[in-house]
Amino acid sequence: VPKYSFMLNGKQVHVDAPADLSVLWTLRDKLGVTGPKYGCGINVCKACTSHLDGKAFNPCVTNLRDVAGKEVTTIEGLAKGDKLHPVQEAWLEQDVAQCGYCQPGQIMAAVALLKRIPNPTDADIDTIDNVCRCGSYFRIREAIKSAAAKMAQPVALPPKKPTPIQPAEGSLPATGLDTGMAVTGATAVAAAAIVRYLREDAAAEEI
Amino acid sequence: VSAPLDPLDEHSGTTRRRFLTYLVAGPTLVVAAGYALGEGTANAVVPTPPQLADSLDLGDVLILAAKDTESKLIVIEVSAAGKVTCALPRAEVGQGITTAVAMIIAEEMDVPLDVVTVTLADARPELMSGQLTGGSNSIRSVYTPTRNAAAAAKSRLTAAGAKKMGVPASSVRMVDGVVTAADGRTATIGELSALAADPNLVVGKAALKDPATFKLVGTPHNRKDARAMVTGALKYTNDLEPRPGCARAMVRRPPTIKGTAPVIHNLAAVQKMPGIRKIVIIQTGVAVLADTFGQALDGKEALEVTWGPGSVDHESNATILAKLKASQLPLTVPAIGTVIDAEFDFAPVSHAAMETNTAIADVKAGGGTVWSSMKSPIEAGAEIEKELGLPTGSMTMHVTQGGGSFGRRLFYDGALEAARISHAAGVPVKLMWTRIDDMRHGRTRGSSAHQIRAVYQGQNVLSFEHRVAAVENDLTHGLGDAITAAAAQSQGLPIGNMGYSQTVFTTTVKSPYNFGLTTQLLNEVNMDLNTASWRSVYSAPTRGAEEIVVDELAKAMGKDPLAFRREFLADARYLTVLNKVAALGKWGKAMPTGTAQGLAFHAEYKSCTACLVELDARDRKNPRVTRATIVGDYGRAINPRGLESQLLGGLTDAIATVFKAGLHIVDGLPLEGSYSQFHFPRQKSIPPKVEIFIMPPTTGEPGGAGELGLPAAVGAICNAWARATGLKPRSFPLIFPVDFTPFTKNSGSTRVQPR
Repeated sequence: VPKYSFMLNGKQVHVDAPADLSVLWTLRDKLGVTGPKYGCGINVCKACTSHLDGKAFNPCVTNLRDVAGKEVTTIEGLAKGDKLHPVQEAWLEQDVAQCGYCQPGQIMAAVALLKRIPNPTDADIDTIDNVCRCGSYFRIREAIKSAAAKMAQPVALPPKKPTPIQPAEGSLPATGLDTGMAVTGATAVAAAAIVRYLREDAAAEEI
Repeated sequence: VSAPLDPLDEHSGTTRRRFLTYLVAGPTLVVAAGYALGEGTANAVVPTPPQLADSLDLGDVLILAAKDTESKLIVIEVSAAGKVTCALPRAEVGQGITTAVAMIIAEEMDVPLDVVTVTLADARPELMSGQLTGGSNSIRSVYTPTRNAAAAAKSRLTAAGAKKMGVPASSVRMVDGVVTAADGRTATIGELSALAADPNLVVGKAALKDPATFKLVGTPHNRKDARAMVTGALKYTNDLEPRPGCARAMVRRPPTIKGTAPVIHNLAAVQKMPGIRKIVIIQTGVAVLADTFGQALDGKEALEVTWGPGSVDHESNATILAKLKASQLPLTVPAIGTVIDAEFDFAPVSHAAMETNTAIADVKAGGGTVWSSMKSPIEAGAEIEKELGLPTGSMTMHVTQGGGSFGRRLFYDGALEAARISHAAGVPVKLMWTRIDDMRHGRTRGSSAHQIRAVYQGQNVLSFEHRVAAVENDLTHGLGDAITAAAAQSQGLPIGNMGYSQTVFTTTVKSPYNFGLTTQLLNEVNMDLNTASWRSVYSAPTRGAEEIVVDELAKAMGKDPLAFRREFLADARYLTVLNKVAALGKWGKAMPTGTAQGLAFHAEYKSCTACLVELDARDRKNPRVTRATIVGDYGRAINPRGLESQLLGGLTDAIATVFKAGLHIVDGLPLEGSYSQFHFPRQKSIPPKVEIFIMPPTTGEPGGAGELGLPAAVGAICNAWARATGLKPRSFPLIFPVDFTPFTKNSGSTRVQPR
């Protein structure tokens, strides 16, 4: 049996399975990663939506050989430890989930949409084709808008005039930079880090 | 809780009622409580036919049927770590009842909500009729028993605190899980749980809180299990691995519904395919066991099988509808005077829950274990024992969280099938239905045909009659007998000879209007199709159609739909809800040509709702509800946030079943096999603006919630369609072409999927 390797949620995994086993059953039955759900098997319900190299894909219609050497992120890889992704946080705030079965896929689809379109219109949100049989669509829409607003904040409010911090005497090393410059620089680096966290696939950063 | 509940003591509670308390002997507090028999949730009722549902509805009947075991229904455990847990004997399939019950416990016990965890109980056969999830009845049936158990637990903890601190029980109080003495000394519930479990502890009066003092119940709370859902950590049946590496099973099903006697022609070849472990024939088809579901699917696809005939091989939607119309009961009032006659029909609809029938079973000759989302787990276990010849009580039935139900999981088809396969193959199995099988061979809301006649004169409606002919709805999920027996036995009910369906129809469907002589009658036709109650059961088509006729009556009598309903609604509570929705939704505002508002009202299970939608029907093939305003009055809302979710779901179901979601049964099999063919709405068909308002307490007792939203939304959407297009909505779904290439009939599956 051929052996395949790929990155899964930031870790290298090796699978002994046929080349044409779908990634959905590879994840679920071989690797025990059960966040991506079966709902149709033919890429119409999209309950298994995950990310392949940072873009939305549907494991149910993707063969194992086609992810070899690539990077797969499932819902389990979206948060950083206990720190949820802003889209997950928005889902909690809006109390979106009812049965919850489709929501991993809905969230991964929303993250992918926001990556392409940071400030989506209603028409943009309408392009998400994932089925929610409980009919939580309106709250999904509200959550996506809320997440977009959260994620836009660091970009929309760049540090123009940082509040000067009065350091205790001698607390800053003598770098040749004045205090104001140092603070501005630190803020910019922090902002950039936040933006990168929000924009990029969580797993992509870890590699 | 495995230990039996023993009645400990019977002590006086409030002046009106007495508590019966049960304790489990052990190191921590485990308590259940109910009122002494003869008192409790459902008080005596005096029904007044024909509008039986006004006074005695299905929920009351279900509660009556479970009356004998009500005092043991809710068991609350307090651990030494201060955690409060309750294994709820109900199914959670998205209703949010575990959160609502946690709120009731926290409220009545005076503990923080975050220390309370509500899980799902295994089948508890001692509850007899008391473990059924259906009829919008979960919160109605557990509200008082939960409060009783929580109050009993609190009184024991308070007594334990007083004893520990050596002060009179009357001088301590319990707030936020801490018992405090007058001198400021404190003890937590965790510290007190062992002492509180002492059967010899002298306990004072247990009394329920005055609902006017509720701080938690009635306020909006997000789901307690939401974090697990959004991180992928929540485990549904298929995500569990209680028997590591157990075989994955799929079943090759016949080419027509209930097709029989499979003969396999290439067994040896399929057995040699990669990953295939075993192949066994069971009642419903050929089960293929493999290492992965992908390989099981491959195996079942590769099988060459011939089948015997099914149960409805010569039936299609049109022939079924003709049979229904031919069996329609006659109207009472002749067509004399000013008459509105209207006929409606509804195509079959799949429950289409996202999680298909799924179960894990490990069954041997002496008994076994099943994991599945089941709404009637006691019956499921008993049925498995009976069919497989296992000792009574030998099956352990674990109820897992379900990926949707909408009535589907009233039946335990997956659990039974998995048990059969495990028993036949001699190994533990994890069974999953494919989507195509779930849609074609799963259960449905059967077709129905409706005839409505309203007679009016001047400013008065003289009569309103409705005859429903429907494909027989299977209600044999364990409580059928109990429903009928309880309904017939309760005082004064003239329905002793009625079947299950008639009882359910009579106790759920009612007209909320003063329309003179009002009759609503059901006649069912047995078609040997796979059916099960679908959210709102009879109410969605029946009351939905009636709300269309209400608009047509208003128009004929020259009245505005809102003004007309204001005039004829039979209850002041209803009127308040209607007026609220009209104000919030701005009824009567100017709308562009091709778009319109629509309005409807519905009451059932002691709750009521009104829905007002705006519909854009300029694209007749793709109409869209662009805005929805919904008001719900539940008597007493436990968690308004969760109730909003239920109304939102009802709205989506209404959009689905009015416009595009239905099954074309052709020669004994639905053509539809997936969500690309069964047109359940997506984001693009849903209103981007929704406002939902939950009324403050009215009756003081929680009414039904899960099914309430659908009928009014059906009516509102249809009425908006009629006003926007000038067309009369009559045949549902309204937009129902076969706009897809059906999957092959013989395989019952598809090759689109990679192996």
